Amino acid sequence: MALHIDQASVIFPAADRQSPTEALRGIDLTIDSGDFVVALGASGCGKSTLLNLIAGFLQPTTGRILLDGSPVTGPGADRSVVFQKHALMPWLNVVDNVAFGLKLQGVPEAARHKVADRFIDLLGLKDFRTAPVYKLSGGMQQRVGIARALTCDPKVLLMDEPLGALDALTRERAQELILNIWDTTHKAVFFITHSVEEALFMGTKLIVMSPRPGRVTHRFDLPFSRRFLAGESARHVKASAEFIALREKVLGIIFADEEAAA
Amino acid sequence: MTDLRETAAKPAPRRQRGKARPVKPGEIYGVPGQGDTHWLSIAAIIGFFFIWWFVTHMGWVKPLFVPSPQAVLKKFFDVLQNGFTNIPFWEHMAVSTARVFGAFLLACLIGIPLGLAMGMNPVVRGIFDPLIEFYRPIPPLAYLPLMIIWFGIGETSKVLLIFLSVLAPVTLGARSGVKSAAIEQIHAAYSFGATRWQVLWQVIFPSALPEILTAMRIGVGFGWTTLVAAEMVAATEGLGFMVLTASQFLQTSTVIMGIFVIAAIAYGFDMLMRWLERRIVPWKGRM
Repeated sequence: MALHIDQASVIFPAADRQSPTEALRGIDLTIDSGDFVVALGASGCGKSTLLNLIAGFLQPTTGRILLDGSPVTGPGADRSVVFQKHALMPWLNVVDNVAFGLKLQGVPEAARHKVADRFIDLLGLKDFRTAPVYKLSGGMQQRVGIARALTCDPKVLLMDEPLGALDALTRERAQELILNIWDTTHKAVFFITHSVEEALFMGTKLIVMSPRPGRVTHRFDLPFSRRFLAGESARHVKASAEFIALREKVLGIIFADEEAAA
Repeated sequence: MTDLRETAAKPAPRRQRGKARPVKPGEIYGVPGQGDTHWLSIAAIIGFFFIWWFVTHMGWVKPLFVPSPQAVLKKFFDVLQNGFTNIPFWEHMAVSTARVFGAFLLACLIGIPLGLAMGMNPVVRGIFDPLIEFYRPIPPLAYLPLMIIWFGIGETSKVLLIFLSVLAPVTLGARSGVKSAAIEQIHAAYSFGATRWQVLWQVIFPSALPEILTAMRIGVGFGWTTLVAAEMVAATEGLGFMVLTASQFLQTSTVIMGIFVIAAIAYGFDMLMRWLERRIVPWKGRM
């Protein structure tokens, strides 16, 4: 499995006497099975536009997006999205939310609940199986969102700042949870975040993006998530000299972008 | 009662003008309008009836203008037993209820799909938006003559008049309900391979339900408001007919009794709708 983005650009047409916006310019990116690609950058750098391209919610103005060789022309079950918030269906309970994708595909109830239960267990939601989602905490709701995205067995998991709305402690626990799930399922992941530390800790590949026009300015290969999965504690990884050195370097890049914009 | 008197007897603590009072345990400081109003409402109703009784008891107002509560109650049992204009009371009630709820059901059956279609499709919206916005603010009494010219003085024009008054709020509610679904919810469905039709039924319709139910509550209120107008012309039965006829014979007690019966039915239905709301959309406003 491989997802190729080949010289993709997005230009939003002019609205209200403003000039057209060049949201993305010349993006090249390959996501292989087992990759955890993190996109990092200041607001307006086109991270979400890039995710929408991969998801198929948006078509590139120029360039191509290929999944296993065939072009992406619209949204599909091979690319599931985990959103920041507001994406669960409050009229369904936890298990029906998790099984929502299978329901849309016409899988009978017993079969889809069986699949959903596997991911409910995997995400530690067993005790909340029939709870209404609006009564869950933000962290629990996000777990439901991740379980839901996994039930359709996508080739790529697209995560649009999935932890952005969580408090700091819940967020660190969720990072570890996502890494463990990535390790068990071996999905390709495309993950967007604002947090440099989160990006470094979670990714195997990091792309740093800059605004006006949105483009990839730096690429790094990251070892830290594998070190965590090999048994090193998250705090130990984040406190290591290499981690801190890279964090300062990436922060420097992002602050330079911010200053250039100001 | 003793508690009330005790708190009232204590001297009010001196405080700065315009500053919120310190809160009781379980309350949150500074939230405007919080507190239980249950008992106060009951007291207000009792107070209302007491003043009504007192004023009529003292003979300050002629019974022609305001009959006493007992007279209204007596009239209620009288009409309940003997009917009004030789038609049993339950028939007046049944006819009016059938008119209002028949029109209401029809308005929901047409208005909800129409509103959803208007929210989902610019062509449908472009066609129906000016039509609905044109007739919506017109009082039903103004187009009642037209209804009679077109549809005669039978049941059709009555139900149609009520139907039109309910249709606009229900349609507009369903239409704005379409916007309740977050784009993330819609995208999530599409990313699981949903069809447009599935998105409509599995995402947009359930998200719109809270607004649709509210619109139905508002709509049925309009229905009762229009009932009396609909029964003004050539009606021989119905609560609106009863009130209008009684007023012509200066039977004020029957007029007031009819008003109370209409209010009671409407209130009862509203309670039912609120209960349905809690059952169907317990998540309303919580996500």
